Amino acid sequence: MRMPSPVSRAAIHAVLIACAAFFLAPLTVVALNSLRSAEDIARAGVIGLPHALMWGNFSGTWSGLCIAEHCSGIRPYMWNSMRMTIPATALSTLLGALNGYSLSLWRFRGDSLVFGIMTLGVFLPEQMRLVPWAIVLSDLGLFNTITGLALIHIVQGLSFATLFCRNYYLSIPQDLLKAARIDGAGYFRIFWRIVLPLSPPILIVTVIWQFTGIWNEYLFGVTFSTGDHQPITAALIALSARLSDAPQYGEQSAAVLLAAAPTLLVYLFGGRYFLRGLTAGALK
Amino acid sequence: MSWRDRWGRVLPHLAIWPPIVISCGYVLGFSAWTIWVSFTRSTLMPDYAWAGLRNYSSMLATNNWRIACVNLLIYGACFVVFAMTIGLLLAVLIDQRIRAENIYRAIFLYPLAVSFVVTGTVWGWLLNPSIGVQKLMHDLGWTSFRFEWLIDPNMAIYAVVIAGVWQAAGFAMALLLAGLRSVDVDLLKAAQIDGAGPVRTYLRVIFPAIGPVLIAVVVMLLQFAIKTYDLVAALTGGGPGLSSTLPTLVIYDFMFQRGELARGSAAAVMLLGSLAIVLVPYGLYRLWRRRAASAHA
Repeated sequence: MRMPSPVSRAAIHAVLIACAAFFLAPLTVVALNSLRSAEDIARAGVIGLPHALMWGNFSGTWSGLCIAEHCSGIRPYMWNSMRMTIPATALSTLLGALNGYSLSLWRFRGDSLVFGIMTLGVFLPEQMRLVPWAIVLSDLGLFNTITGLALIHIVQGLSFATLFCRNYYLSIPQDLLKAARIDGAGYFRIFWRIVLPLSPPILIVTVIWQFTGIWNEYLFGVTFSTGDHQPITAALIALSARLSDAPQYGEQSAAVLLAAAPTLLVYLFGGRYFLRGLTAGALK
Repeated sequence: MSWRDRWGRVLPHLAIWPPIVISCGYVLGFSAWTIWVSFTRSTLMPDYAWAGLRNYSSMLATNNWRIACVNLLIYGACFVVFAMTIGLLLAVLIDQRIRAENIYRAIFLYPLAVSFVVTGTVWGWLLNPSIGVQKLMHDLGWTSFRFEWLIDPNMAIYAVVIAGVWQAAGFAMALLLAGLRSVDVDLLKAAQIDGAGPVRTYLRVIFPAIGPVLIAVVVMLLQFAIKTYDLVAALTGGGPGLSSTLPTLVIYDFMFQRGELARGSAAAVMLLGSLAIVLVPYGLYRLWRRRAASAHA
């Protein structure tokens, strides 16, 4: 297409910069507030520059703030989220890769039906699974445990991971597999020697998306855990509910920032893969 | 056959089938389970005595569900229109081969990496009249400035729209930009030779060419809107009163706060129905396009 003239180029940048300011505003506000004192924010509102840098907000929110009955800061909840997110991400990605491999390269009768059902799993609202999970978790004795939440996210994440991996593995030529099979390679050998070495791009995409999705998930966390067994998302809501009469905006901002930090860092360093997953997941 | 060979044959099946059975069983089994519960007399605990359609009719008769459905229509319409408009505008602007394209794209897309809980909390502060934007304007001297959507029962749902659009516009932008970049270069050259200006080129050539992408993005946004829960829970909690509640909040309320598992499940099935209204036609449309494409080839 033609290159726009310098005037329209300046207009384009003006609009984009204005939009960028709008998009960055909430993050900027939280970052600035995390360094302001509660009194300052209560007096001057949440939009403003810090007078003195209150680094203490971070240490306070990390280990001193009271959430529900526990004055242990957000540290245990961040730890809960980690213990839930990391195993669930790893296992759902691994099983999703195996699933995708079976469905794309070891075609069997009804494989597209199976794949269709799994794709439905991506769209099915969480509300359709809350009651069954409640029953299953209490039968397994996993109610109000991090293991229970991790289990939910592994099973739940399987649909997404399978979708990603299967679509990617379809691009591996079947002839490559036929040749390997003639050489006597079996299911695991082909996966290990041929498919896995080709997989890093899609595995990175899947890991990034699973990590982001599981870390940020709220509904399952708030439904199936209470008190100090909650992940950070549910704890943040409990925190604002508790402080609704006397908000501690400085410390709360620090808590919000810390809760958002892991996924923001992943986004910052893996943005390219994040985007790739988006287009692969939505447009295929 | 030796023991080892036999084991070697069985083992792949152990790797192939359990994950497949689990994920399919999860999707089908859990859905069937919820649908079943919706036809029973379950209250606080599951009780599988048959209740017929009673839960559906009583759910439809509640004020909460009616308000939530109207809110979903308002929210869904505004959310999709504004996210699409802003997304398309940003995509077209970024598509003009500008400098710092990657930085802009990263800025517009980052909200997607942030939890709705965080987004809702922060927008709750910004839109809170006593500490947010209104307070800033008053302190700057514009004392007649009013922006109280968050606490105004008639406007609270639009406050949710602001936060929702902020979160999703970058998503629309990224997908639309990918669409714009996939338009055939020859098509653009032909338009240029015909003397079409940039506006005309976009309206007559490019947008029609990315029609399928536009539809895909609208469908994705619609299903986001239907599933919206965390954002409202964090931003307004459905309030003031019930003024910004959505079906997902009503479902949760009935299931776990009122101990009405069956009625909550009936509401969840109706939510699934609304999702099906969006997704089934889209699925058929894609099938039809694929058929048409393969018939053409």
